[in-house]
Amino acid sequence: MKRTGPFVLSVVIGLWILVAFFVKPLRGAQQTLLLWYTIVGAFALVVGLINLIQSHLRNLQRGQNVPYSLILLFGFFGTLAVGIYAFFQGNAFDPYSPLMWVYGYVLAPLQSTMFSLLAFFLASAAFRAFRIRNMEALLLLLAAVIVMLGRIPWTEHTFAGITEWIMAIPNLAAQRGIQIGVALGAIGMALRILFGLERPYLR
Amino acid sequence: MATVIGIWIAAFLTLAIFSFLYGDNPVYKAVEHLYIGVSAAFWFLYLWSFTVYPNLVVGIRQHGWLGKDLLLIPTVLGLLMLFRLVPRYGWWSRYPMAFAIGLGAGLAITGVLQGLLFPQLQATILNPLTSVNNFLLVLGVLTSLLYFYFSREHTGVMGWIARIGIYFIMVAFGATFGYTVMARVSLLIGRVGFLLSDWLHLM
Amino acid sequence: MTARRIVYTLVFLAVAVPLLLGIRARVKPSPPVKAAYEAIEALPESSLVLIGIDFGPSTMPEMNPMYEALLEHLFRRNLRVAVLSLQSALDLPNGIQVLEKVARRFGKRYGVDYANLGYKPGLEAVIVSLGQEIRDIFPEDAQGHPLDSLPMFRGVHNYNDIALVIDLASGGTYGSWIQFAQARFGVKLLVGVTAVMGPETYPYLQSRQLVGMLAGLKGAAEYETLIQRPGLASRGMPAQAVVHLLIILFILYGNWGFWKQWRR
Repeated sequence: MKRTGPFVLSVVIGLWILVAFFVKPLRGAQQTLLLWYTIVGAFALVVGLINLIQSHLRNLQRGQNVPYSLILLFGFFGTLAVGIYAFFQGNAFDPYSPLMWVYGYVLAPLQSTMFSLLAFFLASAAFRAFRIRNMEALLLLLAAVIVMLGRIPWTEHTFAGITEWIMAIPNLAAQRGIQIGVALGAIGMALRILFGLERPYLR
Repeated sequence: MATVIGIWIAAFLTLAIFSFLYGDNPVYKAVEHLYIGVSAAFWFLYLWSFTVYPNLVVGIRQHGWLGKDLLLIPTVLGLLMLFRLVPRYGWWSRYPMAFAIGLGAGLAITGVLQGLLFPQLQATILNPLTSVNNFLLVLGVLTSLLYFYFSREHTGVMGWIARIGIYFIMVAFGATFGYTVMARVSLLIGRVGFLLSDWLHLM
Repeated sequence: MTARRIVYTLVFLAVAVPLLLGIRARVKPSPPVKAAYEAIEALPESSLVLIGIDFGPSTMPEMNPMYEALLEHLFRRNLRVAVLSLQSALDLPNGIQVLEKVARRFGKRYGVDYANLGYKPGLEAVIVSLGQEIRDIFPEDAQGHPLDSLPMFRGVHNYNDIALVIDLASGGTYGSWIQFAQARFGVKLLVGVTAVMGPETYPYLQSRQLVGMLAGLKGAAEYETLIQRPGLASRGMPAQAVVHLLIILFILYGNWGFWKQWRR
């Protein structure tokens, strides 16, 4: 019940999807399985969310990091309240709902600014970490510099040709090699799961 | 009015995130926690209104638990997922996990074979002797694939192949670095543009 | 002031000053972007184009300009546009605002020239369903109008009736479109991706699984050049250029110091 049940389930489902790929009448059932997948996936995310909120409530009880946990919980329950209010008003995800106001003026700026910080870190890394120590580093650096020059006004007229060549020949070749490697790995892993050699769900 | 307030809030949050560049500080930390809380609430609201409500609640109302799509099953699987939160009965969550992993494995095999492996291999079967670029492309795909794929020690002929493979990979990484710089700078342009134009009206 | 802070200040100035001065610069379209432009030029008038809005706020500065430029071109050519979102429901509100803005400029009508199918979870499931019958998965649009009440969907059933799919992706959704729509149903697919993802799409261009590709703000600026309507992306290009040059200077300066040390 604890081990064999899950294993049988994963094999049956996996084989079903495989067979449905070739046998048309099974396609309908495949759609049903995919729908179930979506629903189960939603519950999995809910588990994560409950976990997050629980751990910060625990922080409050223990008196650890209280101000920060309070802010997090304020953000969570505040947004939830706005969302529930917006639901009763109509479509909460309508572009002009109060929930979307929070989205546009709180969540979106936070998220995009967070990501834009990386521009600074990349510049600092370029200054400190990019040393030509060997052939590999030289190639990496040359490709990076050429591509950076080949994709901006003013210098691209000189460098666009070689940039396009880098992208379409050596870059393409390596990307494809890596992607084929990943694909083979994914298929191998999927087969191991279907044969029960790998059982990640037991974790 | 709501827009003006929104822009000021967004500007404050943007600057608070940027303050991290000066050094880690309480304002940044507070805003970071706010970000996590707000995004968690958004996930919650959107799982409910796009996955659980339309697929499960509406579905059950229309077709019943055992009608079309047998919605009883994903409901049970989803609820079993919640046992993750109870250590003693946590093993029940292996069933929904096994379901999801089995389905993922089936999808991976069919999708990767048809969409990635076959077309990518097919596109690589060029005559390598017709042009320098074709030669380089085939050489690059094979060597970088072999570099990643064989865990054998890289000596002798394998050593040479791995060497060539790593050169291709380094050029690709360099190109990717260049493109990553491009991406992060674009995000920064977006944020600075917001501050200068929407907030300060200087642009 | 530490070296790190000097670097940060210079980067900030390199972005802010060109923006404030309003410098303009011309860009040169690259082959994947030209291919994208030509693919849209080649579509018969009033055919249906499906656009996946699969990017969120973290990549909006990169993705919105290319989205706007593509819409501009599609509407100019009198093509019909249906948007949908498969990555996250939160991607859509911004997508709708941009769509309505551009549609208004062209005097386009909802349901006739453009429509919003909304967000549907279950990525692969949705993509595969669209190969059979669009009404199975989208019986109605995002506002709840039955699809049959919208004139633009008359006679539209599956990929056979969709001239082109454009996925604007900041993540893996474009891979699912390749695997489950292009490979399985032979759909004509064009992608707009973040610059970070640009290099990894080249194999699919050469294998002709993609008919074109726009990467990042630069891709958008190139598209703006092709449709001769410089906008947001073109305005950002001088700042982009100055930061790139600055970072190259940093690399050279760092190595110069390293070189001197090594010789000693």
